Amino acid sequence: MASKAVLTGTHFMNGDDACCEGALAAGCRFFAGYPITPATEVAERMAKRLPDVGGIFIQMEDEIASMAAILGASWGGAKSMTSTSGPGFSLMMENIGLGLCTETPCVIANVQRAGPSTGLPTLVAQGDMMQARWGSHGHYEIIALAPSSPQEMFDFTVRAFNLAERFRLPVLIMADEVVGHMNERVVIPPAEEIKLIERKKPSQPPGPGYLPFHPEADGVAPMATFGMGYHMHVTGLTHDERGYPAMDAGSQAQMMERLMGKISRNRAEIDAWRAFGLEDASVVVVAYGISARSARGAVALARQEGLPVGLVKLDTVWPFPEEFIRGLAGQVKALIMPEINLGQMVLELERLAAGRCQVELVPHPGGAIISPTAVLECIRQTLKEAS
Amino acid sequence: MSERQVVITGFGGQGIVLTGNILGKAATIFDGRHATMTQNYGPEARGGSCSSQVIVSETDIAFPYVEHPQVLLCMSQEGYEKNAPSLRPGGMIVWDSDLVKVGEMDPSWATLNVPATRIAEELGNRMMANIVMLGFLSAVSDVVSVEALKQAMLASVPPKTKETNALAFDRGREYGLEQSQAPEGQG
Repeated sequence: MASKAVLTGTHFMNGDDACCEGALAAGCRFFAGYPITPATEVAERMAKRLPDVGGIFIQMEDEIASMAAILGASWGGAKSMTSTSGPGFSLMMENIGLGLCTETPCVIANVQRAGPSTGLPTLVAQGDMMQARWGSHGHYEIIALAPSSPQEMFDFTVRAFNLAERFRLPVLIMADEVVGHMNERVVIPPAEEIKLIERKKPSQPPGPGYLPFHPEADGVAPMATFGMGYHMHVTGLTHDERGYPAMDAGSQAQMMERLMGKISRNRAEIDAWRAFGLEDASVVVVAYGISARSARGAVALARQEGLPVGLVKLDTVWPFPEEFIRGLAGQVKALIMPEINLGQMVLELERLAAGRCQVELVPHPGGAIISPTAVLECIRQTLKEAS
Repeated sequence: MSERQVVITGFGGQGIVLTGNILGKAATIFDGRHATMTQNYGPEARGGSCSSQVIVSETDIAFPYVEHPQVLLCMSQEGYEKNAPSLRPGGMIVWDSDLVKVGEMDPSWATLNVPATRIAEELGNRMMANIVMLGFLSAVSDVVSVEALKQAMLASVPPKTKETNALAFDRGREYGLEQSQAPEGQG
């Protein structure tokens, strides 16, 4: 079965298909979803592939139900996921919150298209980045990854499952139409080279005194799933460590400490970025997803002109790498962010720079990716102003 | 310039995206180079204008959109009209002579045409016009190697159709070899 699930080899594959293959390689055996451009190919391939590896694919009536189904499957012990785009992502928001509150491992791939509303179904955007962070009500921490190639769609999907299992929460893959639909080389390693993390299981046998939401030293509670013999109560109401509703401020504080703390205290395992040419840079382009490729092209052109420019590619976008960006802002004259929206993640740069360096946005309303020459022009202009 | 950029254009249902996919697969899997293939289409499933853009390079490709292709394959009138103005000086344009009526051409372009749909119909299935086009391209351009292109094509079409598609590829290639006796383009 393992060999069927992991398509070891070199492929010319689109990002949506690579996302599906990453999920299967990570052990995903349950997918519930509702087709939507440009994420349909993930579901389509799952429908074809999952039955072959002993998994289950369900096309649900909508995205609300899809999200609910993958939470249920996760509590049934399966690694589960769904995929969607803008309108579906909006519908999933409430149950993403349920997943956060009930600490349910699962993965959601959002292949972003231009909005608001139905917008441009077949065309690219990065307009859901703040929705990913704050779209469900209440306060919470979430993890979101931003792939910029079909290869990263594979790699980051594997990582998304590992993070979901490790920290017991829904993990978002914030892809986009170009990454999803673009074909490029995807190398799938042999199964034994793919490192997988499984959720912690309780060490104590079922019985009275078992506390399903009692965290261990790392802040994460082991997870018993239905059928293992433990008595379980799972609710989106504020609950105590037994899992029972607890309607008071003290219980709320304790639960929130657990939900926030398991992320904030384990940042070393979650944060991920790659930096290029920072040593001599007075301007640094910070980018994520498909726009990191525009940035890479622009920085290469700028360096040919001898301009002191560096590049930071954010692999994990939420939580935002605060400490690193704060440090960077103290060392450079300017940070530039290209993104296919009218200014979302750049707000994080501004917040962290706190006036210590200039912050510039290269915006795009959606429908196309950002040309490297637009980023290059901003680099030139910024350097001119800074000198 | 190590990057080669190709745009294939037509309408939904002609296998335009598959054509781009075969080209990219040939470069990536069988020639061991780098390639990206992106696609452009509207919300309609069939009949709407669509195109696929392929970049082939010796190195990693940063920006996957094609703004000014060196090679343009046109399989519809609308595709030709939309995309011909973006072709680079010195580029190569190939069109299906039964589907596209061309207007004035930049004198620096290599201009070639092939009755791809008619040839495919003669072989029994007009759906193979895109494969005839690829065979033709293999004769008039060195974007990817002939062997790689043929292998990628055979790996991409339904198993039952391999033989006829191989025939379509060869017919297109023969037609191209005849044409390329004419002065060479830069494609």
